[in-house]
Amino acid sequence: MEAGGDAAAPAPGDAQDLEDTQDLEGTQFPSEETGDGGVLSGPLDPGDGELEETGPKAEDEPPSRLSPLPQPEVPSSTCEHWNSAASDSSPIHGPESGCGGQGGDPSDEDWRNQRKHVFVLSEAGKPIYSRYGSVEALSATMGVMTALVSFVQTAGDNIRAIYAEDHKLVFLQQGPLLLVAMSRTPQSAAQLRGELLAVHAQIVSTLTRASVARIFAHKQNYDLRRLLAGSERTLDRLLDNVERDPGALLLGAVRCVPLARPLRDALGTLLRRCTAPGLALSVLAVGGRLITAAQERNVLAECRLDPADLQLLLDWVGAPAFAAGEAWAPVCLPRFNPDGFFYAYVARLDSMPVCLLLLGTHREAFHAMAACRRLVEDGMRSLGALRALGEAANFSSSQEASAPAYSVQAVGAPGLRHFLYKPLDIPDHHRQLPQFTSPELEAPYNREEERQRLSDLYHRLHARLHSTSRPLRLIYHVAEKETLLAWVTSKFELYTCLSPLVTKAGAILVVTKLLRWVKKEEDRLFIRCPPKYSTPPASSADQAPHNGLFTGL
Amino acid sequence: MAQADGVPLPDAAPSCVSKLVLLGSGSVGKSSLVLRYVKGDFKSVLPTVGCAFFTKVVAVGNVALKLEIWDTAGQEKYHSVCHLYFRGAQVAMLVYDVTRKESFLRAQQWLEDLEKELQPGEIVVALVGNKTDLEEKRQEGKEFAESRGLLFMETSARLNHQVSEIFSAVAQELLQRDMARLGSSPLGNSGAMRLNQAPTRRTKCCSH
Repeated sequence: MEAGGDAAAPAPGDAQDLEDTQDLEGTQFPSEETGDGGVLSGPLDPGDGELEETGPKAEDEPPSRLSPLPQPEVPSSTCEHWNSAASDSSPIHGPESGCGGQGGDPSDEDWRNQRKHVFVLSEAGKPIYSRYGSVEALSATMGVMTALVSFVQTAGDNIRAIYAEDHKLVFLQQGPLLLVAMSRTPQSAAQLRGELLAVHAQIVSTLTRASVARIFAHKQNYDLRRLLAGSERTLDRLLDNVERDPGALLLGAVRCVPLARPLRDALGTLLRRCTAPGLALSVLAVGGRLITAAQERNVLAECRLDPADLQLLLDWVGAPAFAAGEAWAPVCLPRFNPDGFFYAYVARLDSMPVCLLLLGTHREAFHAMAACRRLVEDGMRSLGALRALGEAANFSSSQEASAPAYSVQAVGAPGLRHFLYKPLDIPDHHRQLPQFTSPELEAPYNREEERQRLSDLYHRLHARLHSTSRPLRLIYHVAEKETLLAWVTSKFELYTCLSPLVTKAGAILVVTKLLRWVKKEEDRLFIRCPPKYSTPPASSADQAPHNGLFTGL
Repeated sequence: MAQADGVPLPDAAPSCVSKLVLLGSGSVGKSSLVLRYVKGDFKSVLPTVGCAFFTKVVAVGNVALKLEIWDTAGQEKYHSVCHLYFRGAQVAMLVYDVTRKESFLRAQQWLEDLEKELQPGEIVVALVGNKTDLEEKRQEGKEFAESRGLLFMETSARLNHQVSEIFSAVAQELLQRDMARLGSSPLGNSGAMRLNQAPTRRTKCCSH
């Protein structure tokens, strides 16, 4: 999430402050535009606060890896085109912004009214993905993005973000791919960058970084959409989730199915017992939420599995594409190893939405994995686990809406509408998987716009708590339709949404109640005592804490 | 689960297991055919990820044959792993969309790939033109299939037209080849069976 985590370059200009830049840009951006073709020169001024620039400022830096568009090919008309797309509601770019008259999507009112656009394009400027509209119609827009990036790169710099009134443009270069977010949501640039990283991880998980690099090294203007056919919807889903159900990406944690601890422990033991050759990781999940997981020591001993990778797997197996049959597919875990494939066996158990994922290294191990699944299934049947899971989760008949959850009423704190809680009090010697919990979004947050508003508020609070320049520990925020309280301590990170009529004292009372409830329920809400490795450790010396995250799972 | 464990078997336990692989471009209806055949269901499906696996026991005469159906993804990104799936396959169904010429060409491409990897006669190949509900039958598929000695049928997974028939037909062909190889007499049907004549017979054999 942190801007400094960007792979692009060391980032001295990292500590950007949103408010400050916003103050600056209203006056500077238009004034620095110098008419035809000069649009880009303004933001390039090193003294300008609008453009985050990183890396050395040396003039004699070698030209960028990008094939820079020749300068004359960036006429003002293209820029106008981009301007009009970028700033639909607020033409701050003077007379240039009026004409988005070219046919295709960017001129479309609906398209321009979208709150957030995400684009993926190749270095050559070839469109690969766009959240809205057809990518074909956007090639001119994307050409401008490539031009912006390569222009800055010829100066030995990296463009990271542009702030234009209420719009943020965030750029992320990952190998031969360029990812761009253009947003007027209150998300911070760091949060948007996190989203772009998740989009990139999604692409890598189907193709691997190495093969993407190889493809573009071989043929620079390759149309990657051919290979990503069918993945667009996964990307759409990923981006939609940010607005509908923030948490996973915002907090960098996975959500567990609330489950009685003895049952979860028994399931963990079961997973550990059922192994197959080459099996690296087994995961039980339902509706994109984790029931439990077990990691094979022999395969993953040296490495830790990143929560982002696990979240990616959870999203992946939650996809409706896995609704039928047993699936066998290669999948890459970008944080674990972006260049290699695992082979994943995915099956729904007993035609329940409960999903078993077995991740192995052998490409021909399908039948061994299927046998392993039968063992797990038998074991779960004898535990009565499927019935218990059904009760715990109260599965609905439709598989899409089967995410098991609990109501905020369970907390018994009137005035509390919703919350996100991420425990941070994890013993050092036993690094655990980052987890969070949150109740179902209930009325008034059952409508799309309301959810979006709540998501925006959470993002805003998160950005303030984690601001690199002025981090806060506690925020009490009275919004128009709700009151929010965000609090980060050494033990937890908490975002609560309360009724708008609550008083400050009342809010503190509610939060106290909530914290007490979470403490009482933590065995059920979180995986507190994670199962160990599938196979017993060879020697105690191997059990070094550096094994990381999944040592704890 | 598509696993056939719970499926009532016809007479006896399946006497042999055969691997069937469906190949073809994206969104020609491979998964829909399988869903229709295995589950009697038709719904809009998302692109298959990698490969989906189903089993189904099919009765041919008094022989129960267990089909292991590998429904591969049509998307190009999975082509590198497709060879993984069709290794050891006894049946390949090349599916194309009768409304899309390029999917037919792609099916021919698959045939070449198969011929490169496998010995002739090692595998039963059926050409399946799907989505007949969208367009009148066209001849080119049949001609091509005849010229290359493939089984051929045009189907509609949506209308459940000829779906179980094509699977039974490949199963029959498979058994006959086995019988011929073992030197025993064929199943009672004399001579080699052309697929386009098959549906008139045993339409119910796998309706359970």
